[in-house]
Amino acid sequence: MADENWNPKIIAIICNWCSYAGADLAGGARIQYPPDIRAIRVMCTGRVDPLFIMKAFQDGADGMLISGCHFGDCHYLEGNYKCAKRMFLVKNVLKNIGLNDKRLRMTFVSASEGAKWGMVMEDVVKTVKELGPSPLSEYQK
Amino acid sequence: MAEAKEQPRIGVFICHCGTNIAGSLSIEEVKEYAMTLPGVVAAEEYQYMCSTPGQSLIADAIAEHKLNGVVVAACSPRLHEPTFRTATQEGGLNKFRFEMANIRDQNSWVHMHDWEGATSKAKDQVRIAVAKARLLEDLEPKSVPVEHAALVLGAGVGGMQAALDLASAGIKTYLVDKDPTVGGRMSQLDKTFPTLDCSQCILTPKMVDVGRHPNIELRTFTEVENVEGYIGNFTITLRKKARGVLSPAEAEERGIVGGGCNGCGDCSEVCPVIKPNPFELGMAPRKAIYIYHPQVNPLLYTIDFDSCVKCGLCVTACGEEKKAIDLDMVDTFEQVKVGTCILAIGYDLIPIEEKTEWGYKRYDNVITGLEFERLICASGPTGGKLIRPSDGQIPKKIGFVLCAGSRDNTGGVAKPYCSRFCCMYSLKHAHQIMEKIPGAVPYIFYMDIRSFGKMYEEFYYRIQNEGAKFIRGRVANILEDPSSKNLTVFTEDTLLGRPLSLEMDMVVLAAAIQPKPEAERIRQMFGVSKSQDGWLLEAHPKLNPCGTTTAGIYLAGVCQGPKDIPDTVAQAEGAASAASIPIHTGEVQLEPYFAQCVDELCAGCGMCVNLCPYGALALVEKNGRTVMEVTEAKCKGCGTCGGFCPGGAIKMQHFTSPQICAQIDAFLLEGGEQ
Ligand SMILES: Cc1cc2nc3c(=O)[nH]c(=O)nc-3n(C[C@H](O)[C@H](O)[C@H](O)COP(=O)(O)OP(=O)(O)OC[C@H]3O[C@@H](n4cnc5c(N)ncnc54)[C@H](O)[C@@H]3O)c2cc1C
Ligand code: SF4
Ligand code: SF4
Ligand code: FES
Repeated sequence: MADENWNPKIIAIICNWCSYAGADLAGGARIQYPPDIRAIRVMCTGRVDPLFIMKAFQDGADGMLISGCHFGDCHYLEGNYKCAKRMFLVKNVLKNIGLNDKRLRMTFVSASEGAKWGMVMEDVVKTVKELGPSPLSEYQK
Repeated sequence: MAEAKEQPRIGVFICHCGTNIAGSLSIEEVKEYAMTLPGVVAAEEYQYMCSTPGQSLIADAIAEHKLNGVVVAACSPRLHEPTFRTATQEGGLNKFRFEMANIRDQNSWVHMHDWEGATSKAKDQVRIAVAKARLLEDLEPKSVPVEHAALVLGAGVGGMQAALDLASAGIKTYLVDKDPTVGGRMSQLDKTFPTLDCSQCILTPKMVDVGRHPNIELRTFTEVENVEGYIGNFTITLRKKARGVLSPAEAEERGIVGGGCNGCGDCSEVCPVIKPNPFELGMAPRKAIYIYHPQVNPLLYTIDFDSCVKCGLCVTACGEEKKAIDLDMVDTFEQVKVGTCILAIGYDLIPIEEKTEWGYKRYDNVITGLEFERLICASGPTGGKLIRPSDGQIPKKIGFVLCAGSRDNTGGVAKPYCSRFCCMYSLKHAHQIMEKIPGAVPYIFYMDIRSFGKMYEEFYYRIQNEGAKFIRGRVANILEDPSSKNLTVFTEDTLLGRPLSLEMDMVVLAAAIQPKPEAERIRQMFGVSKSQDGWLLEAHPKLNPCGTTTAGIYLAGVCQGPKDIPDTVAQAEGAASAASIPIHTGEVQLEPYFAQCVDELCAGCGMCVNLCPYGALALVEKNGRTVMEVTEAKCKGCGTCGGFCPGGAIKMQHFTSPQICAQIDAFLLEGGEQ
């Protein structure tokens, strides 16, 4: 079990139109969640290059979240489908290099789902805390 | 690229946002920390960065410190990026040399009780933003011309008002409705609160105007099939459903001079097929060839091909001169080009029969408010005589169940929200029965009476004084006496604190409203989000209530959320004004987040070509090699191609791979570069 005081390093890449807006809405509604996640904004999850994910884990990330629009709602029609497809691939690669693929998560949070964003934040932090520090973070020391 | 790499000179500006940010994290620590970051040459804090002095502070610092990158740590870029980009530009920098760290909406507001956690997160956010700012490049927004035309979808009172405003502002406007006539729900109403104007009387002038206005292209019985393009240049495919009847203009196109439907109705007289009329909510019949009601516009008959038996009687009745009927008509398609669009597709009632406790559809004398409107309306199925469906008798004791399915958290078809106009129309109904039926007494079962509008509370007093009985309590259930068909209403009078049962001759349910089922398809085509409760989502509830997150698409009327006619019309006028601005400006600036092919890296594999949802990419021959080429006018900048290119040959402007990798490194390696 992980150390209670350990703060995992989790990075999120989120799309401008849905998840980023949902995260802002959570703010407006003052929904409280743990502060461990840092978000990078892209226009669409379609932008997420598998390289970014590999880079993050190589840099020692303990967890990573990709969050976009619900299927059918992507501002660019289908970027989220294409990203989701890539997720399967990347998760396989992670497993192959000995990382638990639960460290990588894709969620769909719309612009009106502030409360859901809060829940996703709680849940991602909880999952990563249970998994403990990434075995790759050792190499960063 | 040939020029020597400039040294980054970044300024970091941290906003207190009053106590919104400063109350939850240490601005001082973040500022001190920012100064230690590579490339940062200035760090400032201020109470309100977005204020005029705040913006000048940024502009002045750019000159003073010769900055080539600006980072503002404040609220969300979705709110203030345009503001700070302008300030950056005023300081003499290209406006894309700006990056924002969202330390309010995504930090101080969500970690209000974790000073340490929030402060350390804010430092990371600033570090990440600075990392990106170091790699920002000058970009030029792309100006595109705007089509001098608009489209309004839905021709209820909201859509009609929006179309009339746009058209009167000199803009060619396509007004599209799926129904055979314009008018929407309001044409089903009898009177309107609180003035008690006759609904049709105030609506028909607008219905006539939209048919007559030289700038309005009316498309009834028409649906949207496909939407392509972006603000300024939408191409919309319309499906004109086969109506089976030619308008005079269409007849002329076919060489039938002086022919086409003149609305005489001879066809309908002879048609043998009888079906319920949906306009009368099934309470009156119609033929397979029909009009909804006498005031329809356009006055054209329509064939319901689902029930038509193709006997041809109507063709004969219509005659050789008009030759208006074509039983083999098929759907046709039309493409229109418009600069902006307004969605005004209205609402439906919830299927209130699924709240079985009130017995709608099981008990003859339980009706909805909308059915009441048709029954009390002089042009309705009973000629304006309110009668009990069970026996045609005139009811004397009439119960009105308010919030029927609204403000109800029990799930199923019930809605947690207030449908906003039911209280008021039920008061109106109460008045109407007291006026029309001597001795009739309305019993209003309510939770609160929400009479929020201008002259609404006064209307409420008036109905109280006229003798309506008000019982505060939710109706638990209703039972029917099988022989008399009278109804016993069970409730609790919460003012007296005792259970109550009352026998009624008739019960009217003020059923909750919900988005149209097809709203889902419409919003996905137009790229509009939905609120938690399913209504179309505005760009900002307070500051941009008519806009959506898709530039060039606006909302009007109930499709955005429950509202009465005055609010619908007001919003429609707002939406029309907003939609006319880009058209009158004549051009819009698109953010230059385009894909670019780095020819030296491109292997010409063509993987990206099929990935682009807009067909913006193609393979071309350049200097004897096959490489990809981007058509900027088609690229919307999603980055789907850039996220895939195996050779990293696609550069996504403003979201380049080096920039994103630098952000990742900045967070995880704490500034130590790889
Ligand atoms: C019983 C009752 C009584 C009421 N009484 C009053 C009153 O007294 N005073 C008052 O202020 N308000 C009253 N209202 C509210 C009033 O009906 C609404 O405020 C008003 O109709 C909203 O207009 P709208 O244009 O937004 O929507 P609608 O009137 O619903 O019009 C929407 C239009 O869009 C069309 N459409 C829908 N989907 C599509 C599609 N996919 N493609 C093309 N077209 C489409 C529809 O055919 C329709 O013509 C009452 C409501 C009810 C239910
Ligand atoms: S052809 Fe169809 S619409 Fe015409 S009269 Fe016969 S059933 Fe009615
Ligand atoms: S970024 Fe690429 S995939 Fe997206 S629209 Fe532009 S060219 Fe197409
Ligand atoms: S825009 Fe949100 S996933 Fe594509």
